[in-house]
Amino acid sequence: MSEVPTELKYTSSHEWLRVEDDGLITVGISDHAQALLGDLVFIELPEVDTEFVAGDECCVVESVKAASDVYMPVSGEIVEVNEALVDEPEIINSSPYDNGWLFKIRPSADELADMMDAEAYQAEIED
Amino acid sequence: MSNKTVLFDKHVEYKGKIVDFAGWQMPVNYGSQIDEHHQVRNDAGMFDVSHMVIIDLVAREGGDIKAFLQYLLANDVAKLQQPGKALYSCMLNETGGVIDDLIVYYMTDDWYRVVINAGTREKDLAWMNKQVARFNVDIKERDDLAMIAVQGPEARTKAFEVLPLDVVEAATPLKRFFGTGCGEWFVGRTGYTGEDGFEIMLPGSEAAALWDKLAGSGIKPCGLGARDTLRLEAGMNLYGSDMTEETSPLISGLGWTIALEPAERDFIGRKALESEKAGGVKQKLVGLVLEGRGVLRGHQKVIARDGSGQIVGEGEITSGTFSPSLQRSIALARVPVEIGDSCEVEIRGKHLKASVVKPVFVRDGQAV
Repeated sequence: MSEVPTELKYTSSHEWLRVEDDGLITVGISDHAQALLGDLVFIELPEVDTEFVAGDECCVVESVKAASDVYMPVSGEIVEVNEALVDEPEIINSSPYDNGWLFKIRPSADELADMMDAEAYQAEIED
Repeated sequence: MSNKTVLFDKHVEYKGKIVDFAGWQMPVNYGSQIDEHHQVRNDAGMFDVSHMVIIDLVAREGGDIKAFLQYLLANDVAKLQQPGKALYSCMLNETGGVIDDLIVYYMTDDWYRVVINAGTREKDLAWMNKQVARFNVDIKERDDLAMIAVQGPEARTKAFEVLPLDVVEAATPLKRFFGTGCGEWFVGRTGYTGEDGFEIMLPGSEAAALWDKLAGSGIKPCGLGARDTLRLEAGMNLYGSDMTEETSPLISGLGWTIALEPAERDFIGRKALESEKAGGVKQKLVGLVLEGRGVLRGHQKVIARDGSGQIVGEGEITSGTFSPSLQRSIALARVPVEIGDSCEVEIRGKHLKASVVKPVFVRDGQAV
């Protein structure tokens, strides 16, 4: 059974979002997504200062099994990436919601209303 | 499209993550495929390979299995002089394409056992039944049997602790690439990981009990994910990826399995291979090791350079993965024969450097 923290927002492509006190949005992939991918062995993080619109492919995570794109959940600018993952992508497997965060966005529009809450995401992955 | 082996309930019980594989519901891992990989390289692991197809060839009155297999297979079963000896071979079509790869065990003149892939079951059987007519040989599918592969440096020792005594006695003297029957059981000292071990065939009704006993002796369940990284490190081809009906063994790293001598042996595909050789073989299968970070995958484009750095054409990765033993990405690739010792692989628009090596990366726990 996958963990789905209630304080986070989710996308149907399995990213999670957390709105920080300073207004930045931290993004990662869900416990369900890391379990589907299996052991992660490689990550291609976005470049800091790059701007994307919601839905852009901005990051790639690769497990032994497969490569998977991570999509920009909301439009904005990348302000920080989790460099620790470059050497140890397996952190995403062991801690998808904490140490395994991928990047932080300064949002350029308020698109959070389009995201799912934990209950909706839970229902979606149970299908 | 959802066959289950007799061990399916065990996979669920042992927390296997079930995926569809060639129409079978099989465990891809039981938690971490990397841990399972290391378990096999360093200790002992087991795989349910009951989805593979076991076929007994049995001679009728006046039947000649040897003649049948000498015609059917590109390798020559005349090499099998001692009972129990196994041979790896391709089964080719008339144009020299690979219908399947298989293992054949010579047991007696009137009994050979063949193991083929699950995904090619129907076409293989149709082909074999079409070719067998004049040889007076029965082709019997042994769907009553399950198969468990125990692999790793400690696999035999640990398996001996729990196998029935008569099976232990029969299997103890087995040399590598030999098999032996023991009542309804059969043990081959064979595998698909590059490690020592056994492939144990037994009545399906006894498989679940053996699975528990093997687990109890410290042989951990491993899924198809680890099976794939282990075989790729060992440089073993995967049918459907590294060779198909559209590729000849000569461009698939399988030239060593083609027995063109004796010249008078007529086998299916022989003429096509001979003319391919006469015209000059244009491609070969090599190993690649990615120098930096990233993961090589099937179908990625290879830009081949010769020894002086000149581009000599393009190739394609046929199987690629992250190697848990080497902590690098490795691949098998079909490339122009002129390739030197390095190349580039195109990954998401970028050209990454890879070294070209013999297609075997790890054997018996050691990097090669």
